[in-house]
Amino acid sequence: MAINRDYLGRVYELPEPYEVTRVKIREFADAISDPNPLYRDPARAKEAGYADVIAPPTFPIILGMEGAGQAIADPELGLDFSRVVHGDQRFRYSRPLQAGDLVTCRTTITDIKALGGNELLTLDSEIATTAGEHVVTSVNMLVVRGTAPAEK
Amino acid sequence: MTTVRYADVEVGTELPEQTYPVRRADLVRYAGASGDFNPIHWSDRVAREVGLPGVIAHGMFTMAQAGRLITDWVGDPGAVVEYGVRFSAPVVVPDDEQGTEIVVGGTVTKKLDDNQVVVAITARSAGAKVLARSTAVVRLA
Repeated sequence: MAINRDYLGRVYELPEPYEVTRVKIREFADAISDPNPLYRDPARAKEAGYADVIAPPTFPIILGMEGAGQAIADPELGLDFSRVVHGDQRFRYSRPLQAGDLVTCRTTITDIKALGGNELLTLDSEIATTAGEHVVTSVNMLVVRGTAPAEK
Repeated sequence: MTTVRYADVEVGTELPEQTYPVRRADLVRYAGASGDFNPIHWSDRVAREVGLPGVIAHGMFTMAQAGRLITDWVGDPGAVVEYGVRFSAPVVVPDDEQGTEIVVGGTVTKKLDDNQVVVAITARSAGAKVLARSTAVVRLA
């Protein structure tokens, strides 16, 4: 089944702001087996000039996934999640996320196209504090394998 | 604080290559921590149904390992200004004790203004190039 092209430009927002916590950062750092003390030890993070522990560079994908999850769960979009693989991922940081941040995430479907029998879906997520400070932009391109409409 | 000085880095400076293991249990833990429960990362049955050779690692797990090469090099993960990868081949993770490995390397390819440098990243698993056109921009001391 092909992705619904009417969804280009569609925006998904988190239902409520996301609170970045020390516990979640530690859980994520454990899951990527990264022992960096700046992800775990508030005293070390303060020595390095941060207000609290910081999150690993790929942590913002959790927020991007929330936005993507809303899109994926939308039956009208027509996405078969088991056919999805990650094609491309890019982050642009103003600063690292850190414990205590309360952030919003606005995800926009910025591109839908067919390529070689697959479909490519691009999602841009803007992550900012509730005070409006930009933290990180995530650009996520998903490949939906084998769903492109047959070429004529 | 970043420990690597901009003045000490040249185009061609190589980051020490690192090898990171990946086992099924790592993928289960990553699924839980990241919220990505796509069954291709834990079910061989579903992975094969959609034409994959078997369970594959989350692309973001591979990206995290490659990112660690950068953050361990610069010391301060907050020094990363931009980080982007293309997933060029899946990391197939067999259901056994060894799992597989991801071998990550990096080379400084450009010196920018404002103490920033571009690092080109390579990652291989089981002989396949699993990341392509992957770069990080980092701000050095």
